[in-house]
Amino acid sequence: MNATQSSRHRRVGDSPAIKWLLIGTAVAVAIALLIMPLLVIFVEALGAGWGTLADNLTDQYTLHAIGLTLFVAALTVPLNLVFGTALAWLVTRFRFPGRKLLITLIDIPFAVSPVVAGLLYLLLYGRNGWVGSWLADHDMQLMFSWPGIVMVTVFVTCPFVARELIPLMQQQGSEEEEAGVVLGASGWRIFRTITLPNIKWALIYGVVLTNARAVGEFGAVSVVSGNIRGQTNTLPLHVELLYQDYNIVGAFASASLLAGIAVFTLAVKGFVEWRQTRTLNRLQTEEAA
Amino acid sequence: MPSKLKGLFTGLALSASLFAQPAVSADRELLNTSYDIARELFAAYNVHFNQYWEEKTGETLEVSQSHAGSSKQAQAIIQGLKADVATFNQVTDIDILHARGGLIPENWAERLPNNSSPYYSTMAFLVRKGNPKNIQNWDDLIKEDVALVMPNPKTSGNGRYTYLAALGYAQDRFGDDQKKIDSFLQDFLSHVKVFDSGGRGATTTFIEREIGDVLLTFESEVLNLADRYENGEYEVVTPKVSFLAEFPVTWIDEYVKQNKTEDLAKAYLEHLYSEDAQRLLAGFNYRVHNETVKQETSDRFPEVKLLPIDAIAGSWENATKEHFASGGKLDQLQRRR
Repeated sequence: MNATQSSRHRRVGDSPAIKWLLIGTAVAVAIALLIMPLLVIFVEALGAGWGTLADNLTDQYTLHAIGLTLFVAALTVPLNLVFGTALAWLVTRFRFPGRKLLITLIDIPFAVSPVVAGLLYLLLYGRNGWVGSWLADHDMQLMFSWPGIVMVTVFVTCPFVARELIPLMQQQGSEEEEAGVVLGASGWRIFRTITLPNIKWALIYGVVLTNARAVGEFGAVSVVSGNIRGQTNTLPLHVELLYQDYNIVGAFASASLLAGIAVFTLAVKGFVEWRQTRTLNRLQTEEAA
Repeated sequence: MPSKLKGLFTGLALSASLFAQPAVSADRELLNTSYDIARELFAAYNVHFNQYWEEKTGETLEVSQSHAGSSKQAQAIIQGLKADVATFNQVTDIDILHARGGLIPENWAERLPNNSSPYYSTMAFLVRKGNPKNIQNWDDLIKEDVALVMPNPKTSGNGRYTYLAALGYAQDRFGDDQKKIDSFLQDFLSHVKVFDSGGRGATTTFIEREIGDVLLTFESEVLNLADRYENGEYEVVTPKVSFLAEFPVTWIDEYVKQNKTEDLAKAYLEHLYSEDAQRLLAGFNYRVHNETVKQETSDRFPEVKLLPIDAIAGSWENATKEHFASGGKLDQLQRRR
């Protein structure tokens, strides 16, 4: 925003009363809607003391839910890292018919409600689905076991990496890479020594977001999981299950774990964002010069 | 790089084999899909059955549980959730496994005693301390100043059961006089102050929000509530006539064949009828069939004339069409007032 120092017109918010009213409202809303709920999670989790918290977290089913959740994220993140990078590379470095359409298609997982996404997978890969009936005939099962959970999680999180990379790569242009081609470098070498260092921070940012969502996804996973305790229950599903069991402390203990991951993610995200802004600023100054 | 990749994949494969497997390893496994408020019940029964099975066969057992709304569970089983047994709270949800899934034979209900329903419940009333409005039976509910709380028959099985119970009472009392039956039902519905979307919601309305004089829901839930609040803050009233709410169970033929668990699944369900198991079920406030256990718990479960769905509406299919479908009897009765 341009600071209009020369202009003598008064803007809304110039008067201290309005300024502080706006700030106060924003702070109050942030406290009521964001900070208090987050605090409640930890207060409730610790309500019965550290010992109970530890007992709840080391419960056999909770441990399994933690393991399954991390396992799903460990598969989802690399898959979407490769997929997102390839996709961003494709749509920013090449011109072809349907390119615009492809860029729009990337956003579908954002536009579709996760529950709907889960149902779509169920209708396709479930026992009565188009693909599912074939799979069932060959004694293969994807839904209601961990492959199904990974599949919907990949779907829900697949735009994150590409969405982060595309604007950056568009802005960077392909001159450096073209220079590499002229000098006779192989495609892999160009990618490793030119592209990758340029997009590094955006890539990490995308990975952080993907991971956060993969760990926390509830809707889509709930549809395809089958809710089998100790087998297909991820951490978010486990929280709901404990809560319905009237095991409030247990539910909040698991929830505090998720919240902890979220806070950690935010910290990493903040750091990466800061690095990324620096890269972008540097690029802009270079362009201006 | 390749060696690192290899390490990564070995690691993933290793964790996959860990998390694809159940949390505990045992000789044999069984998966029970159930309705969402049955967790504690089956957690207790599984311990009991594991012991029984190990004594009988020497095999250790791991019974996994899946809990959600029973219609959602039926849908999941049809779509390929390979459950060995289903223990539901609505007969229609098991019928679907045959009608739409083709996973069990049509006569599934005849394969185990009592319509394949090892335990049952009925609809009962919860009233406030001292029963100030002196509620004893269904006709007391339409006294001038009585306000009722019940789940909505449109959205919950629980509410449908309550509606059918009231209908059953009216039929029992007025015989063939359709006019009187309709007028009673209309009166009854006009006394309902809050129709909550589900059983849990109705409980919250009655207890936390303190609305209404009578809560109508499952007897098992009513008894649980009365136990949870001490000093007789709430009292249980069981009407003289009510609806027979069955809790049907079945093994799923298609999947037990694939999982090679037919003997185990059958034993798991058959054992629900044993005296020990029936005693355990009664402890969770369900009514059971075993005579000895019935005697032991007779003070908790007073005698009620229980009407099955056939006697009240012919069949579940009929009841849905005639009463609960859009423009059906329920809609008509509520519109007329």
